[in-house]
Amino acid sequence: MDWFNTIIRTFFDFGAMAEVLPQLLAVGLLNTLIISIAATVLGTVLGMVVAVMGISPSKWLRVPARIYTDLFRGLPAILTILLIGQGFARLSQSIFGPSPYPLGIIALSLIASAYIGEIFRAGILSVDKGQGEACRALGMSYPKSMALVVVPQGVRRVLPALVNQFIAIVKDSSLVYFLGLLVTERELFRVGQDAAVLSGNLSPLVAAGLLYLVITVPLTHLVNYFDNKFRTGRRRAAPPTSGLKEVKELDAASPLTTGSNT
Amino acid sequence: MNTPTPTKNTTAGGTAAAPAFHGSSLELRNLTMAYGEIEVLRNVSLAVAPGTTTCIIGPSGSGKSTLLRGINRLHEPKSGDVLLAGDSALAVNPDTLRTRIGMVFQHFNLFPDHTAEENVALALWSVKGMPKAQAMDLARRRLAEVGLAERADHRPRDLSGGQQQRVAIARALAMEPEVMLFDEATSALDPELVKGVLNLMAGLGRRGMTMLVVTHEMGFARKVADQVVFMDEGEVVEAGTPTQLFDNPRSERLQRFLSEVL
Repeated sequence: MDWFNTIIRTFFDFGAMAEVLPQLLAVGLLNTLIISIAATVLGTVLGMVVAVMGISPSKWLRVPARIYTDLFRGLPAILTILLIGQGFARLSQSIFGPSPYPLGIIALSLIASAYIGEIFRAGILSVDKGQGEACRALGMSYPKSMALVVVPQGVRRVLPALVNQFIAIVKDSSLVYFLGLLVTERELFRVGQDAAVLSGNLSPLVAAGLLYLVITVPLTHLVNYFDNKFRTGRRRAAPPTSGLKEVKELDAASPLTTGSNT
Repeated sequence: MNTPTPTKNTTAGGTAAAPAFHGSSLELRNLTMAYGEIEVLRNVSLAVAPGTTTCIIGPSGSGKSTLLRGINRLHEPKSGDVLLAGDSALAVNPDTLRTRIGMVFQHFNLFPDHTAEENVALALWSVKGMPKAQAMDLARRRLAEVGLAERADHRPRDLSGGQQQRVAIARALAMEPEVMLFDEATSALDPELVKGVLNLMAGLGRRGMTMLVVTHEMGFARKVADQVVFMDEGEVVEAGTPTQLFDNPRSERLQRFLSEVL
């Protein structure tokens, strides 16, 4: 059973885990959440802009949106993060100070927005054309019909895909460590890795991994919940009613509907 | 097949329950419409007097729906003109034009995440700029007029097809249009619910609304229409009173069409 003990010692050294846990929670988890949530919020806003541009009737909006999406979706995340994190380091220093943290968030947002833009675009395009037509027929302008009717329906449909995207961002947030974070800015992966290097044992990384799972696994279940709850057009179960009942109601209703004078 | 026919009420009191409409005249002059290179409507001319009902009949693919969509410019005409109350519809902003023309679709096109009341109120506040409370109040009254006072809080998925179509009619009427366009408004309904919607439409006609009705309900066309227009292959083949068209069809194409549908 030597190999078993070796595995336990290498991956599941609870002493080493316990030692690093306070740091993992207070620094790692906190930063991972800050980076992921900030990148998701920014990415969602940008993604919506990209999506609306992408379905615009004007090709002057459509083509740039296409190029943007192809670019940030087509490049490896690490490459984008390094190019932006190091390429704009000087500019960032004059705005945000020496920390690469904001640039990491921005790079992640740009990558996320390309994916989220495609998600939104697919959602908006999946809305029945009749919805937009009904709006236009009522005199609503194109932007108004999009904002009030079409886009909200499209977004509701893609909520599950958005949660999936958030999960991807949580995992990608670990890549920010390449930019060289300050001690207090380290996210889960970096905290785990530093401890692993110091102790010569992988258990702190396993602990970090478990914390990632604590975030991502419940979210995957939230996806299913959204899927059931927020899809429109799903009919609540109701006892069957005869169409004849409605006819009877109508006959008894206002004179306008039946054309009678009583 | 037995076509449901609305009860035509000729007594003057039939319109007493609801205020009269002030329908405008509608005239098409050499209207030509195309999808890309393909002309689907050629030189259609047609006059609808204020407060009268014109039914358009004809086989599928004859351009009936396209004609309606040209009038409110959901599809821009290629050439010719549309005159609404004597003014060219092509010379004004389409959004403004559409507030003056109500349209009812075959598949209702209600907003699925809005209640019946919100469906009716949406354009009232977003297009007409009515305060929301007032819009909701008016929406309730419009719904009551179509016999749906009890269903104002229901979402479309919880309404029958007939009820949904009546919400759609209330939604169009709430904008106080001068002309109403009906695009096969009863084609998607269960047979027992058709009569209720047709009766409602007939009532509007009696109250002075100008209506252009694309329909497969020959009984409705015969009883309610002041003018019937038979279209085939993008052209008006024959137009006249219901008696002229149904009892003495002159063209061979109309004779054949009637022998198929009656």
